[in-house]
Amino acid sequence: MSKELIHLNNISKSFDGQMVLDELNLTIHENEFVTLLGPSGCGKTTTLRILGGFATPDTGSVIFDGQDITKLPPNLRPLNTVFQKYALFTHMNIAENIAFGLKIRKKSKDYIADKIRYALKLVNLEGYENRMPDSLSGGQQQRIAIARAIVNEPRVLLLDEPLGALDLKLRQEMQYELIRMKNELGITFVYVTHDQEEALTMSDTIVVMNQGYIQQIGSPEFIYNEPENAFVADFIGDSNIIPATMIEDKLVSILGTRFACVDTGFGHNKPVDVVIRPEDVELVAPAQGTLTGEVTHLIFKGVHYEMEVMAGGFEWLVHSTALHPVGEKVGIRVAPYNIQIMNKPESEDEEAVAIDI
Amino acid sequence: MTSKNKWLSAPYTLWSVVFIIIPLCMIFYYGLTDKTGAFTLENIMAIATAEHAKALRLSILLSLISTLLCFLLAYPLAMILANMKVSQHSFIILIFILPMWMNFLLRTLAWQTLLEKNGVINNILTFLHLPNINIINTPYAIILGMVYNFLPFMVLPLYNALSKIDKNVINAARDLGADNVHTFFRIILPLSVPGIISGISMVFVPALTTFVISSLLGGSKILLIGNVIDQEFTQASNWHLGSGLSIVLMLFIILNMIASAVFDKDGEGSML
Repeated sequence: MSKELIHLNNISKSFDGQMVLDELNLTIHENEFVTLLGPSGCGKTTTLRILGGFATPDTGSVIFDGQDITKLPPNLRPLNTVFQKYALFTHMNIAENIAFGLKIRKKSKDYIADKIRYALKLVNLEGYENRMPDSLSGGQQQRIAIARAIVNEPRVLLLDEPLGALDLKLRQEMQYELIRMKNELGITFVYVTHDQEEALTMSDTIVVMNQGYIQQIGSPEFIYNEPENAFVADFIGDSNIIPATMIEDKLVSILGTRFACVDTGFGHNKPVDVVIRPEDVELVAPAQGTLTGEVTHLIFKGVHYEMEVMAGGFEWLVHSTALHPVGEKVGIRVAPYNIQIMNKPESEDEEAVAIDI
Repeated sequence: MTSKNKWLSAPYTLWSVVFIIIPLCMIFYYGLTDKTGAFTLENIMAIATAEHAKALRLSILLSLISTLLCFLLAYPLAMILANMKVSQHSFIILIFILPMWMNFLLRTLAWQTLLEKNGVINNILTFLHLPNINIINTPYAIILGMVYNFLPFMVLPLYNALSKIDKNVINAARDLGADNVHTFFRIILPLSVPGIISGISMVFVPALTTFVISSLLGGSKILLIGNVIDQEFTQASNWHLGSGLSIVLMLFIILNMIASAVFDKDGEGSML
């Protein structure tokens, strides 16, 4: 992997006695698209604010390119932020908004004019120089907020749920736009969202957070296919999380029925949780299935059907392009590599487990 | 609008006709006629006489000074209030609004007693062997009275405008490299202009037209335009001249209101 750029070392932060971040450690590499993903209150926005300099950690340090910037005010940091709800300067036109940072750095008029043109081209809003922010749509304002940040040539762009206020169609468009911009700029993006789909689409690395702890760090594929614990499995996509017993290496008993799997090293007769993605559950004729059950619910979702199948005392969530009407007897089969085994949390507290990296 | 809804607004229409439109028409009628009832501009032109012009100039000067002082005092306070949590600032706002529950005349009378030659303040100063202050019956006392009475009218619109500024807009300015001074002059001050304009007009207009503060704290020697008009109505019983001068004063107020309407599109001052 490329050069390490930012280290968050043992960052703790609490507000009014409530722990928001607990001993957080995170490394961000150069040119990486990192997404901090988690439900509201998980600490992802606080982490971003600490990076941007808008919050000071109670303990721990922020190292940027070998320098400790923990106490540096935001105006002296080599990072720029794109804020939730854009935070444009409504008393300035678009050109003045974009030029704000450059004028403070006392750049020449020609340089600023060039930069404005370049930035507006990058965000596909050429010719908007003299418009006022209020006259722009939400998506356009978001692009201007990005343009205003990137003209300062930050080494890292921080984005705080930038697409949260946009409608679904625009959000999907902007996701592709952001990936294109990142590739064109060749800088690091740190992106905060609670939307797992956004995270999976855009990121090189996803950091799943909950209750102030990092739950898992990895590529989108890795996090989706190999969730570390039930929280990650449940938060990223739909899943069937079923209590099971690991009989021995590569053999697991799910709801009393033996399934072949590929995981090893969990021990003998050990209680575990298994995760099976709904699209990995194959519905076959009852005689061919490892388990048999009956379809109880059916919803058409566009690309696929979503069905619930009662089998072995558990309601299985199944996605399939083949239709199985309610009441039909079906067999359930799961390929060994599609069964993901996770250790059971030893107590409630450990569900929000801290993972050292 | 249905006819039923029209009926609902009848009391308000009646009210504004009886207490606003008719008096206004009467002012214009008296202002533009002489004692025989013939049309004349003399009452309005009377503002140009030395005595009236002097009173108007002094009124404008004292109102401007008071407005500026109110602004300088109110802005830092409004910023502090806007940055506080609701639970903390409501107490301070209460302290500011509390005196407003007391009659304006009483509060001004209280200042008169405090500032007198042998008043409370000077007694305390004498007791402490400090030099006395003799500002009663001077323009300084009038400015003091104006600032004291009208300060809340400046604080509230400013507070309103400042608390509407999104914290992230300020963060964005810092993020883009602005230090505190830059952030204030380039972002916070321009964004609070609507509040500044309504604060200015809410202090400047009553200060310009006051005659109570000037007669109680300025003695009978200092005449403001409000005092002149007051005397024409109550002592000289010359309603024509009084109305004519009122029309001139109204002109200043209308100019001020146009300025507020242009700058204060969001109605920041509408809280009061």
